[in-house]
Amino acid sequence: MAGIPHDHYEPKSKIEKWVDGRLPVISLLYDTLMIPTPKNLNWMWIWGIVLAFCLALQIVTGIVLVMHYTPHVDLAFSSVEHIMRDVNGGHMIRYFHMNGASLFFIAVYAHIFRGLYYGSYKAPREITWIIGMLIYVLMMGTAFMGYVLPWGQMSFHGTAVITGLFGAIPFVGDSIQQLLLGASSVGQPALNRFFSLHYLLPFVIAGLVIVHIWAFHSTGNNNPTGVEVRRTSKEEAEKDTLPFWPYFVIKDLFALAVVMVVFMAVVGFMPNYLGHPDNYIEANPLATPAHIVPEWYFLPFYAILRAFTSEVWIVMLAEWISFGIIDAKFFGVLAMFGAIVVIALAPWLDTSSVRSGRYRPMFKWWFALLVIDFIILMWLGARPAEEPYATMSLIASAYWFAYFLVILPLLGVIEKPLAVPATIEDDFNAHYGKADDASATAAE
Amino acid sequence: MLKKIALTVALALGVTSTAAFAAGGSGHVTDYDFSFEGPFGKFDQFQLQRGLQVYTEVCSACHGLKFVPIRTLHDAGGPGLPEDQVREYAKFWDVFDPALDDTRPATPADFFPSSALENAPDLSLMAKARAGFHGPYGTGISQLVNGMGGAEYITSLLTHYTGKEKEEAGTTLYGNETFPGGYISMAPPLSDDAVEYADGTPATVEQMSKDVAAFLMWTAEPKMMDRKRSGLIGVLFLTLLSVLLYLTNKKLWAPYKKKH
Repeated sequence: MAGIPHDHYEPKSKIEKWVDGRLPVISLLYDTLMIPTPKNLNWMWIWGIVLAFCLALQIVTGIVLVMHYTPHVDLAFSSVEHIMRDVNGGHMIRYFHMNGASLFFIAVYAHIFRGLYYGSYKAPREITWIIGMLIYVLMMGTAFMGYVLPWGQMSFHGTAVITGLFGAIPFVGDSIQQLLLGASSVGQPALNRFFSLHYLLPFVIAGLVIVHIWAFHSTGNNNPTGVEVRRTSKEEAEKDTLPFWPYFVIKDLFALAVVMVVFMAVVGFMPNYLGHPDNYIEANPLATPAHIVPEWYFLPFYAILRAFTSEVWIVMLAEWISFGIIDAKFFGVLAMFGAIVVIALAPWLDTSSVRSGRYRPMFKWWFALLVIDFIILMWLGARPAEEPYATMSLIASAYWFAYFLVILPLLGVIEKPLAVPATIEDDFNAHYGKADDASATAAE
Repeated sequence: MLKKIALTVALALGVTSTAAFAAGGSGHVTDYDFSFEGPFGKFDQFQLQRGLQVYTEVCSACHGLKFVPIRTLHDAGGPGLPEDQVREYAKFWDVFDPALDDTRPATPADFFPSSALENAPDLSLMAKARAGFHGPYGTGISQLVNGMGGAEYITSLLTHYTGKEKEEAGTTLYGNETFPGGYISMAPPLSDDAVEYADGTPATVEQMSKDVAAFLMWTAEPKMMDRKRSGLIGVLFLTLLSVLLYLTNKKLWAPYKKKH
């Protein structure tokens, strides 16, 4: 493995030698914690730890919630109220879980856009990127199924809409929808399987997180310059890096604590801000809410789904070419999933020889526009399906695809990148000055 | 301050509250003041008791509170009725007991009854099932300043009848500035002095509306005061932890960061 050269663990005591000779678990722990990490990582590199924390928080609170929850169409809603009213600390545990999902997605979007800006997806980190996208998709599935469990109005009617998307797939759609719901409409079988999968998927995510970490521990972290750590000798590598423990562990924990202050304030003072009031009404199949709106983290993709109506020329073209197999509804579904697929394909769509957006003068602006586009799409996803929102959604969706499919490939050809620092050490010293050797040794 | 921090974070991250789109709410909602607003707001025990009286004497004719156990009227952070009063109060309700296959007077262990009128929604969670504020432009960001506005919505609904009536499919609908669509099937339930408060508070329509809205906020969120206290303690300790970790981090990195 062409990793960054660094000291490896040597068992010293008798016990360490005994254990490590049989199961190298201490070596594994040591090498994972002491991994050389580029010392110029900025504050956008803290979201990984926030995400790891979120996963742990959701699993722990989720397991406790399951102890008091009843997955039955007549009892689910009141069992949630039982948690809120009667279970010791239940209201806090549930609000942590509910808002934990939102924190999870805030962190994952920050993490993904960080990767998009600094070119973290580029060679040799494509597998890290793909696994990350798999985790993201699983997160969306898990969050959606979790939202169904309280069996409120939005849970119920949201499920009908989302599973209906699969129904739009030609030929096999109805069968897929039936498989998902376990019946022809939303009811007890759907609640049961969503409950089962909502419990299962977080552990699949945990497994993928380990692979994700393994992958970038093999390639080394990216960093704000996009310049690789020097690997010719241990001495050179040490000028570019510091060990993860304690330098980045403490830094990340500090960032996590700050994030937790905000999170705690939201949970304590306005826990329902990010939720939908309609979900405090028990599910009623006969009364459809005026607007069925997904949770905020789905809104950008929901906006893309709804943008492609039958009046859009590209939809008409697709319908004509495919002899009507691709109708507006299916086109919308393809666009929604396509919008996620293009992110996963970024490593092969970006042709630039420079990794970090910091040294790409044109890319910077297009990227900023992409972030704004994402926020606008999020807003549009919650607006009613009418003008002017329909046209705005179409334009915003078009930019999303254009960024990945046209702008990224073209920029690599037409853009003239700025000079990139020769080493990470140069970049670090330019910001913080050259370290005084005496004090550096003293701290070690 | 906390609201400001939350606001900045929400804006920075472009978080749009989906809460803003409750039930097509475009009607008029007045921002009434409630004692339980903000991070330090508390329920007014006496207001909750008055609200309980309004609910019992007026609303309960049609609306239920089926998720609320009667015993919780005694809980701290709620109306806080003494236990013997809760026991007496419970007898007011008849509940169906499957063991007897008959109705019997309720005990504190029972829940409030369900709605007596089939089309009248249960009120247990109403104050959380409606949002009063949606702006600007449907982003819901105003809720960071004004709160969700469930209690304001209920108060506005009860005080903003226009006096107009219309017939639709054999039902009389009553003009209401707050209800989405402008007409509601509930007749104006309150009139001045509809109840007589034991503490001598004048029972105006607005007073009763505010009292019952506060009571319904409590039925929807009985642990609100507990939650805010936990939140405050959490925020304080996590802030302290952040400061300590900041200093640790600064010292740890100092040898490598000469300029700063």
